Amino acid sequence: MACPSDALVLVGRAVSADEILKEIQKDATFFDESGGGVTFSGGEPLMQPDFLEGLLEGCKDRNIRTAVDTCGYASYKTIERIRDKVDLFLYDIKSMDDWTHRKYTGVSNRLIVQNFKILAKNGSSISVRFPVIPGVNDTAKNVARTGELLLSCGVKQVCLLPFHRAGIEKYRSLDKPCKLDIRSPSDEKMQLIKEKLIKVGLDVRIGGG
Amino acid sequence: MKNRVRKLRERSVSIKPYITPERAVLITEFYAGEGASQASSTPAKRAFALKYLLENKKIVIDDGELIVGERGPAPKAVSTYPEICCHSLQDLEILNSRKKTPFAVDKETRRVYKDKIIPFWKGKSIREMIFGQMSEEWNAAYEAGVFTEFLEQRAPGHTVLDDKIYRKGMVDLKKDIEKSIQSLDFLNDAEALGRMEELKAMEIAADALICYAERHAEKARQMAKKEKNPTRKKELKKIADVCSHVPANAPRDFWEALQYYWFVHLGVISELNPWDSFNPGRLDQHLYPFYKRDLEQGTLTREEAKELLELFWIKFNNQPAPPKVGVTAEESSTYNDFALINAGGVKADGSDGVNELSYMILDVVEEMRLIQPSSMVQISKKTPDSFVKKAVEVIREGFGQPSVFNTDAIIQELLRQGKSIEDARNGGASGCVEAGAFGKESYILTGYFNLPKILEITLNNGSDPRTKRKVGIETGNPSDLSSFDELINAYEKQLNYLVDVKIKGNNIIERLYAEHLPTPFLSLLISDCIQKGKDYSDGGARYNTNYIQGVGLGTITDSLAAIKYHVFDKKNVKIRELCDALHADFDVHENLRQRLLNKTPKYGNDDDYADNIMRTVFNIYYCAVEGRPNTKGGCHRINLLPTTVHIYFGKVLGATPDGRKAGEPVSEGVSPVQGADRKGPTAVIKSVSKIDHLRTGGTLLNQKFAPELLKDEQGMDKLGHLIRTYFKLDGHHIQFNIINAEILRDAQRHPEKYTDLLVRVAGYSDYFVDLSPELQNEIIKRTEHKSF
Repeated sequence: MACPSDALVLVGRAVSADEILKEIQKDATFFDESGGGVTFSGGEPLMQPDFLEGLLEGCKDRNIRTAVDTCGYASYKTIERIRDKVDLFLYDIKSMDDWTHRKYTGVSNRLIVQNFKILAKNGSSISVRFPVIPGVNDTAKNVARTGELLLSCGVKQVCLLPFHRAGIEKYRSLDKPCKLDIRSPSDEKMQLIKEKLIKVGLDVRIGGG
Repeated sequence: MKNRVRKLRERSVSIKPYITPERAVLITEFYAGEGASQASSTPAKRAFALKYLLENKKIVIDDGELIVGERGPAPKAVSTYPEICCHSLQDLEILNSRKKTPFAVDKETRRVYKDKIIPFWKGKSIREMIFGQMSEEWNAAYEAGVFTEFLEQRAPGHTVLDDKIYRKGMVDLKKDIEKSIQSLDFLNDAEALGRMEELKAMEIAADALICYAERHAEKARQMAKKEKNPTRKKELKKIADVCSHVPANAPRDFWEALQYYWFVHLGVISELNPWDSFNPGRLDQHLYPFYKRDLEQGTLTREEAKELLELFWIKFNNQPAPPKVGVTAEESSTYNDFALINAGGVKADGSDGVNELSYMILDVVEEMRLIQPSSMVQISKKTPDSFVKKAVEVIREGFGQPSVFNTDAIIQELLRQGKSIEDARNGGASGCVEAGAFGKESYILTGYFNLPKILEITLNNGSDPRTKRKVGIETGNPSDLSSFDELINAYEKQLNYLVDVKIKGNNIIERLYAEHLPTPFLSLLISDCIQKGKDYSDGGARYNTNYIQGVGLGTITDSLAAIKYHVFDKKNVKIRELCDALHADFDVHENLRQRLLNKTPKYGNDDDYADNIMRTVFNIYYCAVEGRPNTKGGCHRINLLPTTVHIYFGKVLGATPDGRKAGEPVSEGVSPVQGADRKGPTAVIKSVSKIDHLRTGGTLLNQKFAPELLKDEQGMDKLGHLIRTYFKLDGHHIQFNIINAEILRDAQRHPEKYTDLLVRVAGYSDYFVDLSPELQNEIIKRTEHKSF
């Protein structure tokens, strides 16, 4: 931290839930106007369930809407603890194919799919995030299977997130190799997937937001 | 856009501004002739001078025009005002050859100036009178760059018209004048004679405008006779009919309303060169009754109304701001004369004022894309979202219009100043951001005030390091300061002293204008000059306000925050060490400079450490200026805006404790220092909202946005929410610069200047300078694609 020009910086710092809530409160006036709220994202917020639960309760107390952006890989207990304190889940479904999921994320998708079903059954609001990664999960089969899962659970909203290369610079500054140095999907490809999912009856958007 | 509009617009855009000696010659002829010596008073002399000008100047009706009249002999021919500022041959050469805002000056003009204008006016112009009357203290502060002087080259005149001309013709106004003359009380009122002279002068001025319009009618009739094309022939006959009716009488329809205003506009900007340009103000409100009636009667179509509005727009663009030289050119380096058309807002009864014309005006703004007139929308809590959205759609196009104003804040500001609720609701903002009671107020901007410069003078015990002169008072050596409060006390003393110097100057200048250059024509138009029998420049208006515009709020706040934080709280820098570094322009102190830049709380991040200092600085300035009387029965107040003076004020300022190097611009408006805000637009909004906007007469906030952020409905809605939130927090004004590829390339070359520039990357936004060159290039390409 001695570098005066901030050429070398420590990103992130330890904070208490109270500090975060204070920071959130600063923006409350904007939420009033826009109907917005706060999104807990990551990393993976479900990795710190106690901390997250405290923040969610703090927000509830202040009538601030919350969203949790998660990959869904958490214990059933964790999901159960927080599910009724969250206004919206932004839920990643990366691949329906377990082998692919294991290859790229290191874990099986079973728990993720199971948690998804539990949340849907519970009546939680869910907006699915489908990161479209060329050559990894953009096959017709995977798109179809993702659609089937959503339909069977009664979840309609899905955002297609085209793979982007914004993280490459981060790898470079951390001096780590980037293992996924591939191109972003074409607009046509994104459109194609969008149309397929609309056809089965889903609400589809390209991009987050 | 119709063909005729396109042609006239293209011509207006393509002609480069040039100086015409027409006005200077006619005014000089008048002053040298018998008419001037026979005038019974100064106001009468001024009115006869205007009459002489309007009776003898060239009348212009160009091909395809429906709204007629030019200030000069042709579009973009710019008049000069030797009675205010008599340009020397050297001035003319500078105007002709300078890089920024040049005005071409041909040989003939130079010859006329050399032979006629300069010999007559040298030593007599009000500019020379002003500089002759100013004290040594005033001159020292002016030359050091503590403040600027608005009235040394342009007349007082910051005023906007209300709805009276749409109800009354010049003939009706003359009847009002007659009534006022009848009621003069020569028995008890010592000023009765002066009032009568002023009122008679107003009558002459009213006749001058009627005659000017009649000359246009006559010219149109002659042209109609010769015209072969039957359509144009009919139009010319209509123009003749319109010009015979207005401004003598109240307008009968939409077309006449626009033409009437335009004649009045020309009258005002021919009489003198008032800051800022005159302006119709709440155009959608004024025109709507005519528009509605004409549509109902089937005498006007929407298309025709729009075409007339577009032709009206071009008329403004044909009249660049009068040429400015010296410091005044630096503080306002633009051809824009700041006519600011207001759309939206509320009606006199407080109900929502948005109507069909409000939307049409935004369509016209979008299609015309002219630097003049400027346009703004007034957003109240009653304004429908659909109108906000319409404004955002135009903003998104990226040519800087319309700017966005908070009607509810403006009304509260005006009420706080003692205006009636109706006058406040019928008001708006003009010039850059200045709140005013339209048609009833003379609100004179008197000059910019360099807030960070006061700190420099304080740290140098009253001296200005650049001009090496004593400019302030001795408040002690900085090394002797034992607390931050002592520094603030010293700063306050310096500021109070220098504000006094400025106000003393203002009060003298105000009298010079009242006595030497009254404005009987402008006085006709502004309530209650006729009732009072007083000139606009002499307290005739219902409300008389003088502003001193504070500049560099971000720079002064961050500078004081740096001193408080490092010298007094953390004690990691000695004040002596800091002062040495400032004197050396951080030469061998780069390490310290980086600490000041990066390890210091800054205004614009919703951080109370810095923002509370901003509140202190604001209060000191407010208390120094607010309520100080002027010579017209009104008083001084503050507002916070810069035009382009933040560049000049930076040039005359050494290095500052916030890490800014000598000569670099200071912060503009109420915006944070360039790049000091690192927590996004919501934090900026929160910090800026801590200013007590309602105690000002206007503040200016600039925000930069990349077009990608506004590419879809959601993005546009978000901008709408941001505006509404800022206004809920009593923000006065916000404007958006939608950045283009060129700016992004500059940001690649000079990242230090653009650390706050947000761009939409993918599903998220990020600071542009933090992106890899590869990604930056991609975004530049994307931005270029949008053809902004």
